[in-house]
Amino acid sequence: MKSLEFEEPIVELTEKINQLRSLSGSEALDLDSEIAKAEKKADQLRKEIYTNLTPTQVIQISRHPNRPDSLSLANLIFEDFIEIHGDRQFGDDPSIICGLGKLKGQSIAIIGHQKGHDTKENIYRNFGMPNPEGYRKALRVMYLAEKFNMPIITFIDTPGAYPGLEAEERGQAEAIARNLREMISIRVPIITIVIGEGGSGGALGIGVANKVFMMEYSIYSVISPEGCASILFRDAKLASKAADNLKITAKDIEGLGIADGIIKEPFGGAHRDWKVTAETIKKTIVKELAAYKKRDTEQIVEERYAKFRQMGQFIEGK
Amino acid sequence: MTILNWLAKKQPPTRSKTEKLNIPGDVWSKCPTCSEVLFLKELEKNLSVCPKCNYHFRLSPEDRITYIFDKNSFEETHAAIEGIDFLNFEDTEKYKDRLKKAQAKTNHKDAIVTGTALLKKIPVNIGVMNFGFLGGSMGSVVGEKITRLIESGAENKNPVIIFTSSGGARMQEGIMSLMQMAKTSAALYRLEQAKVPYISVLCDPTTGGTSASFAMLGDLNIAEPDALISFAGPRVIEQTIRQKLPKGFQRSEFLLKHGMLDLVVDRKAMRQTLYTCISILGGQP
Repeated sequence: MKSLEFEEPIVELTEKINQLRSLSGSEALDLDSEIAKAEKKADQLRKEIYTNLTPTQVIQISRHPNRPDSLSLANLIFEDFIEIHGDRQFGDDPSIICGLGKLKGQSIAIIGHQKGHDTKENIYRNFGMPNPEGYRKALRVMYLAEKFNMPIITFIDTPGAYPGLEAEERGQAEAIARNLREMISIRVPIITIVIGEGGSGGALGIGVANKVFMMEYSIYSVISPEGCASILFRDAKLASKAADNLKITAKDIEGLGIADGIIKEPFGGAHRDWKVTAETIKKTIVKELAAYKKRDTEQIVEERYAKFRQMGQFIEGK
Repeated sequence: MTILNWLAKKQPPTRSKTEKLNIPGDVWSKCPTCSEVLFLKELEKNLSVCPKCNYHFRLSPEDRITYIFDKNSFEETHAAIEGIDFLNFEDTEKYKDRLKKAQAKTNHKDAIVTGTALLKKIPVNIGVMNFGFLGGSMGSVVGEKITRLIESGAENKNPVIIFTSSGGARMQEGIMSLMQMAKTSAALYRLEQAKVPYISVLCDPTTGGTSASFAMLGDLNIAEPDALISFAGPRVIEQTIRQKLPKGFQRSEFLLKHGMLDLVVDRKAMRQTLYTCISILGGQP
């Protein structure tokens, strides 16, 4: 597995442990206590590193190539998951996946940004950067969910909507804007989970939900720290400074009242254990949806409006 | 420096982004597109449109309101809402200080002026964005004022007209500025339910989070000529696709051709066009 720069000390130690293990096997030496000690140290080291992560390190984890993607999570979380395609207007965007499935007997619609895990997949998925047809497909599926009274789960994981020539021609701005307006009106509960990177309007375009959760090492931002650095700080190399200023980690986003909760990741990040990650997400979804079963449609729509209506910080003089 | 480099640098500037309207003496101005030197009083009489090349100068909210609505009919609302630096954001300058400077420069608290006005005797709710205030960027204040404007339109059955001129979300307010896109668009859903007309007038420039929310959601989308209207900025796109963009890309006429706008209207015809549209869609004197 690819390791991140700040994980190097752990990687080194793990290699040493492996060496000890092979020695202990071949020469009948009793190194068990040594190995146990080293393992304990590695655990401690990982804990230390992961409890003091800087925003820039969190960004790296949120973009880790082995991070669980929307499709894999959908398959792990829902029964009978079946992917459905196309916006019925122009095409099918592989950067946003949609599907239907079941969760404890309840029918669910699933929408998520889709990144790849290697170069080939990433090119096919356009690095998770949707074109307008992605947002239009998502909206089509939201209407479908509304029609058949299925709750909607969306997974956010995108650097942003694709800044391309054809995307502009086909109305990227209009597609996102329409989703924002329509999502507020959908008459079923919507739960959004930021599973990796929450990049700007391209993220929000499927994120107007009753409840928004952040994975522990996910981020959500109005602009990429790199983009912010080059515009405001006039130097793309100051991305880490921009990241500190923008307040983009799960804790920050929750603190600002934008996220309703944080979903814990397995020790060392979601990329270390997809199954455990999926289980934890599933538990959150099941719990949340149970609460909505008792509520009527008007309440659900009103709750979503009220949630976004109160967002903003200002003072008002006379 | 080689001669080739030197020649390359000599290319005429595409369009100055700053609004250097005032040549000393406040008497003359220079058109940023055709470089014609213009007598300011004449320019104002021409609604700040270059008589030679039809370039539409960017406007202050005051000028725009004067050009379009009935004389002295404008009444400002929520003028006292003011931004705060809740993230303690500091880039090359503190956000706090940027706000203060912009307020001193524009005499406004933030990047939009909202209120009620008469359009040939029809009462309307209007919002006019101000590019001169931190690039017309949308933070909490702009989001809140637009939302209130729309909500009151729904309540009083006043048609809503918003003139956009904005670079997008205000980065110094982080995620909160992103959420203003959802908040304003949500309010527009309520306006739609109330069946009250909303006309979005897109002026130069309307990009990013502003175009990807309320600016694109008009019952009618009307633009001034040659305004830059886009989701992603031209520079970002050029860097992404590594190609030069075609001439006129992301300008009003381009968007009209691609089905994103209903009309492109000269400033001189804007008052009449808005009146006609509003009166047909149901505004009442």
